[in-house]
Amino acid sequence: MGKRTIIPFGPQHPVLPEPVHLDLVIEDEKVIEAIPSIGFIHRGLEKLVEKKEYTEMVYVIERICGICSFGHGWGYCSTVEGMMGIEVPERADYLRTVWNEMGRIHSHLLWLGLLADGFGFESLFMHCWRLRETVLDLFEETTGGRVIFSVCKVGGIRKDIDPATLKKIVEKLNGIKKELRDVLGVFIDDSSVKSRLCGLGVLTKTDAEGLCAVGPVARASGIVQDMRLAGQGKYLDLGFEPIVETDGDCYARCKVRVREVFQSIELIEKAVERMPEGGDIAVEVKGNVDGEFINRMEQPRGEAVYYAKGQGTKFLERMRVRTPTDANIPAMVKILQGCEIADVPMIVLTIDPCISCTER
Amino acid sequence: MSEKKFMIQDFVAVEAEKISDTVKDLIADGYRVTQICATNKGEKGIELLYSFDKDHVLKNLRVMVPENGEISSISDVCWAAFIYENELHDLFGIDFRHLALDYGGHFFRISEKTPWNPQK
Repeated sequence: MGKRTIIPFGPQHPVLPEPVHLDLVIEDEKVIEAIPSIGFIHRGLEKLVEKKEYTEMVYVIERICGICSFGHGWGYCSTVEGMMGIEVPERADYLRTVWNEMGRIHSHLLWLGLLADGFGFESLFMHCWRLRETVLDLFEETTGGRVIFSVCKVGGIRKDIDPATLKKIVEKLNGIKKELRDVLGVFIDDSSVKSRLCGLGVLTKTDAEGLCAVGPVARASGIVQDMRLAGQGKYLDLGFEPIVETDGDCYARCKVRVREVFQSIELIEKAVERMPEGGDIAVEVKGNVDGEFINRMEQPRGEAVYYAKGQGTKFLERMRVRTPTDANIPAMVKILQGCEIADVPMIVLTIDPCISCTER
Repeated sequence: MSEKKFMIQDFVAVEAEKISDTVKDLIADGYRVTQICATNKGEKGIELLYSFDKDHVLKNLRVMVPENGEISSISDVCWAAFIYENELHDLFGIDFRHLALDYGGHFFRISEKTPWNPQK
């Protein structure tokens, strides 16, 4: 047995846009154990339910994350709607589905860019982020925001999208499809990318199940788990089927996200095609919140859990959000065991850690 | 007509001393832990809600933490639960017995000790 040394990884590291710390116990160049440590920027947003009315709390929940802010807003509203027995108009459900998938495309393109940056492919990073701008422009045009959108509210949505703009969304996304195929094809076909990702950080299906992995991390290990199958929005009506890979390595996790970008474009096309014309986009919400409801959404990084409990006033007694990165930390710790120290950044990146979410 | 599985709300009350065995049975039955949530009920104490998923449907176990603030950890049955249990220890001051990976109160770096349970 060689000499064991503890190497600190993070909280500041070139591959980490946000602070997370790992104590890496290494023997020669091999990682024997990784001990994660978070909580550098814990914000305590959940505690704000004591001061914000349930209709205002959506603005707080959206700010959990600057990437999947729409999904968090939807998750919260849907939870309160479930508790109050509110059924949102069909058009609102379709538009929520469209915005949520736009969020997934921009999140995955952001991550693919970060991955390219992580393995030193700078031009690929720039192309991913350039293409992501198209989606952010569409967000700005339809919601008024590029990061925080505030279009979801309890009972429906605040803004409609007119037919011409919906058509434009589909045209724009189809317009970048060829470029996406060229750029994202590099992640799938390029030999240098493959040599960096294939066979690295393997998480077997059994381990992924045992460690309760979620999202693309679980699906890349062969688990058919996607909360879009649970009946939120219009996914089942659109014939949604989750994308699953079986190799469980960094390449498989990358491949799942690449394929999901194209799947999201297809889902948006179908949603726009089937969306009912006109009609209400929200129902009136009256009264206080009472009872409890637990709900889940499939965010770009995986399953997010929302639990709300009312006490017959305008303030929730408790609002809990369990984010996907939280759930994937045990899986990350497992796949780091036995890897080379030089591979740690790649492996950490492929769970797509969002510390902002985790530190809600 | 699509099936809205997320509308299924299954909450079951479980006694604190039976939580480990109940979770063991659920894990053996193919469930995975999705979250543990605590709610401070004031004089009534702290309520825990353990959620488990199977086939996109949740089963939730409701447990009241005993007055001494201690409860058995489920991380020996489901290791991934250490994340949630350390979080609840730091925010609510709940002591989980036999925690598989115990951060000793240093999981979250927060200025206020147990902000959700200031009496602790």
